Amino acid sequence: MEQKGWRDIPIGGMILDAGNAVEYLTGGWRAFRPVFGEADCIHCFTCWLYCPDSSILVDTENEKMTGFDLEHCKGCGICAAVCPVNEKVIKKTDQELERDDVRLCIRMVEEGKVEE
Amino acid sequence: MSKFEALQGNEAVATAMRQINPDVVAAYPITPQTSTVQKFADFVADGLVDTEFVCVESEHSAMSACVGASTAGARVMTATAANGLALMWEIVYIAASNRCPIVMSLVNRALSAPINIHCDHSDVMGMRDSGWIILFSEDGQEAYDNLIQAVRIGEHPDVLLPVAVCQDGFITSHEMARVEIYDDADVKAFVGEYEPRWPLLDVENPKTYGPLDFYDYYYEHKRQQVEAMEHAQRVILEVAEEFNRKFNRDYGLFEPYRLQDARVAVVAANSTAGTAKTVVDQLRDQGLKVGLLKPRVFRPFPARELTEALQHLEAIAVMDRSISFGAMNNAGPLFLELAAALTLHGVHIPMADYVYGLGGRDVRPAEIEHVYRDALEIAETGQTERMVTYLGVRE
Repeated sequence: MEQKGWRDIPIGGMILDAGNAVEYLTGGWRAFRPVFGEADCIHCFTCWLYCPDSSILVDTENEKMTGFDLEHCKGCGICAAVCPVNEKVIKKTDQELERDDVRLCIRMVEEGKVEE
Repeated sequence: MSKFEALQGNEAVATAMRQINPDVVAAYPITPQTSTVQKFADFVADGLVDTEFVCVESEHSAMSACVGASTAGARVMTATAANGLALMWEIVYIAASNRCPIVMSLVNRALSAPINIHCDHSDVMGMRDSGWIILFSEDGQEAYDNLIQAVRIGEHPDVLLPVAVCQDGFITSHEMARVEIYDDADVKAFVGEYEPRWPLLDVENPKTYGPLDFYDYYYEHKRQQVEAMEHAQRVILEVAEEFNRKFNRDYGLFEPYRLQDARVAVVAANSTAGTAKTVVDQLRDQGLKVGLLKPRVFRPFPARELTEALQHLEAIAVMDRSISFGAMNNAGPLFLELAAALTLHGVHIPMADYVYGLGGRDVRPAEIEHVYRDALEIAETGQTERMVTYLGVRE
């Protein structure tokens, strides 16, 4: 991106065009990627509500959670942590599960180990 | 019609605040400015102002509230002194960097430790690189006048910087003196309405203040602050010209006193300049060609104009009411900057620094006369024997 000189930018670091965070692609920060596991999503939108980067993609018309905006998702894992289906799976298996366990609904998989 | 009142410096400042009627005042009382906030709180309680007066729990919070209110789009004022200013430190820089035209009455006094509540300039000298405009005032009248002008200076679209208006702790902050108080309507008309360009409360046009700003743009924003400081000098003079015309005053970047035909001069800020004027008159009566330069605008530092005003002298004695510890010869900041200004403008006059009055130590006419006699001797010999003298300290 071309960088502007001091005369051509708002003073004091002010950001005058609201909503421009979408232009800043933060997906590259990610060490862990959220991916769907075997447990079916119940479309409760809890992950959508908690995601700090608005990176949960939803189909508003059909009220479905459809996936992750990987251009902006920083891989914080909050979606997986708050997912009620994940919690149910963990309780059912009654054991410590790895974050990338395939039995979960939202898994956090190390970027280098993602099976495309 | 203006009227003359017997007011303490702090009361004069509070009166200016009443007439300016700012949207928000956030302050925490600290000696010796407490009576400013106290008096202003009276005005609020009596319904004489529309100000939202925020009693905060510390000076750090006071300046934080000021920044918040200013970015929201309010005309904001505060008052502090010494350690109170020191506690504001972090936000003092943020106020300037966020380009908030906050006006602060700063009653100068010594920083701890040891604990001391009396006058010196250590507090303001610490903020000299923070990005604030800094004005000095000899007495309550000047503190009052400067405060009114500060509003216009800071809010000017080419400036948008906070302004600190200084006066000497106790010496003038608590000295009852004759102050000409202008008509409320005239002051109101002079300061006008503040029209913030980017108020946060304009919810139709959302914006962000103070975001993360790394190596890719932070530097450009600092460069903008330089530009604002460069514009500030012109704006200060424009505002002064209008003020002088309207209220019959004579403000500029500094005040020369019997300087034009002087051989030697003292440079002294705030109340000491007043004492020095008396000494100048006494020495002039003895036929000695001495003068005085009283800085008014310290930030931005008017290097070229000061050089032009002083270049005809044979010796210059600077009086500093603070020490820049560890700086060249442990001199005071005013001396150091003035010496650099003259030298870089190619003017080589013997100069000496006289640190004085720390922690409120009185400086008497006899001591200032001693400084003048030193300066005359330096002019005779062309040599500065001692670059820095700690005037009045016991050996």
